[in-house]
Amino acid sequence: MSDIPADLRYTTSHEWLRLLPDGQVEIGITQHAQEALGDLVFIDVPAAGRSVRAGEACAVVESVKAASDIYSPVDGTVVEGNPAVAASPELVNTDPYGAGWLMRIRPQAPAASLLDADGYARLLADAG
Amino acid sequence: MPYIPHTPEDVAEMLQVIGADSIEQLFDEIPSALLAGPLTAVPPALCEMEVGRLLTERARSDGRALNFIGAGAYEHHIPAPVWAIATRGEFYSAYTPYQAEASQGTLQLIYEYQSMISQLTGMEVANASLYDGASALAEASLMAVRANRGSTSRRILVPRSVNPTYLAVAQAIAGNQELVFESVDFDHRSGRLDVAALAPFAGQDIAALVVQSPNFFGVLEEVDALTDWAHANKALLIAVVNPLSLAVLKAPGEWGDAAGGVRGADICCGEGQPLGVPLASGGPYFGFMTTRMQYVRQMPGRVVGRTLDAAGRPGFTLTLQAREQHIRRGKATSNICTNQGLTVTAATIYMSLLGATGLERVAAACMQRTRELVAALTAIPGVSLAFGGPRFHEVLLRLDRPAGPVLAALAAQGILGGIDVSSRYPELQNALLTCATETRTDADIASYAQALAAILAVDLQGAA
Repeated sequence: MSDIPADLRYTTSHEWLRLLPDGQVEIGITQHAQEALGDLVFIDVPAAGRSVRAGEACAVVESVKAASDIYSPVDGTVVEGNPAVAASPELVNTDPYGAGWLMRIRPQAPAASLLDADGYARLLADAG
Repeated sequence: MPYIPHTPEDVAEMLQVIGADSIEQLFDEIPSALLAGPLTAVPPALCEMEVGRLLTERARSDGRALNFIGAGAYEHHIPAPVWAIATRGEFYSAYTPYQAEASQGTLQLIYEYQSMISQLTGMEVANASLYDGASALAEASLMAVRANRGSTSRRILVPRSVNPTYLAVAQAIAGNQELVFESVDFDHRSGRLDVAALAPFAGQDIAALVVQSPNFFGVLEEVDALTDWAHANKALLIAVVNPLSLAVLKAPGEWGDAAGGVRGADICCGEGQPLGVPLASGGPYFGFMTTRMQYVRQMPGRVVGRTLDAAGRPGFTLTLQAREQHIRRGKATSNICTNQGLTVTAATIYMSLLGATGLERVAAACMQRTRELVAALTAIPGVSLAFGGPRFHEVLLRLDRPAGPVLAALAAQGILGGIDVSSRYPELQNALLTCATETRTDADIASYAQALAAILAVDLQGAA
């Protein structure tokens, strides 16, 4: 069973979302997603100030033989793309829920239709 | 056994599955005006001997005209070893092979090509080539929109001194992807873009500025000032260059002033034909593209890298493939990413044989021949230089009458004197774009001058 922290919310496209105390949300990809992609070699994170809509592709993670878009789970404005993962993509493999976060967004409205940890675990179980 | 593996039953079954009545129906969306009618010049089936004879006759009827036409494709001497080597069985393929790493020789050749074209353009990284110079500009424009993080615009500024065919192709490829190509007029005394003409665009959100140098009229643009303008306005600079000219001109990677911030073009592209590829009714040629390493993931096309195998031996491999369509599908950096393997092979051999010194001698000889051509032609009453700017090996001349009939009269004497640019530039009705490469001799130039003088003299008397 994949590591699925209970305090996060999840999308069906395998992003996780953490509500920060200041109202921003931090976004990354799940343990399951990083395992499926394999060793990451390049990550393209969005520039601060970019406005994104829920479901819009706003980052790219690339392994040796695959590249995947990362979709914003919310409408909002990018506050920061994680410069650490841009410099060291392997952080997403080694610490997907911590140092491997991809971006912080200030949401315009609360996100709709996200999964909790149980819901995401069921999604993986059904797919598996 | 037929070469086509589908039986009529297979075809009918497939049509039924997708709900179409006929194969023709699948092409319904193509406007009927664009469909080819019956090909009357193509005879019914002939045997090999008859085909050989027919084509020999048709080639002969083309004649052996004395060529002074450039406008993007140039007649150069190609040393015999170039195509003797390029057509060896080991090299004779248009494509990078599938299971590319099994063909180490092909990959090494592409790697050498990338290294040479990067060095020639003064840029950090090259791809394995594109279709041609015009489509390379389209790809460079699309790439600039992706790569320019300081801009959300899809506007590309294109001076009217850029080859109009390149602009038409870029428009056809990228126009439907919502790129907007905005025209900027050139200075009609110098024949090049005056940086002051860009003033109305200062401070606006623009993805890139295109600068072709030498430009369509053969004039050298003020590349340093234009590059600095682009960077000061957060636009990328797309350089379009003739690779041969770089043997004597500053490389795009060095355009602009380092003190002003970023130095050099951001993307460089162009037509590779002058490097050992013959004129052949318009192609196949090849396009090249180079860029900064920071933009490599936005660059279209294949890239070959040098690496070590499991045993620590050097070898070559395709790299950065996650940009490409077999992985990224519709989101690939380009879905027109065939490289031109065979012509690139010829160019690589050509550059290897000539070396830096040889390329410089060819470029210098072209400039010398063009100077001589200009001197001979402008000595004729009614012929003058159209523009005053410095030039490479091509020049726009102003005649005392429309160029079209003059060129037709020259062609009747077996001389292709250049091209009439009036269909693309209505204000240049009496202008003739002409060029001389190292292949033109004193006698060639004298023949052209003599024929032109005679044509203009007779017409003047006729008019009088």
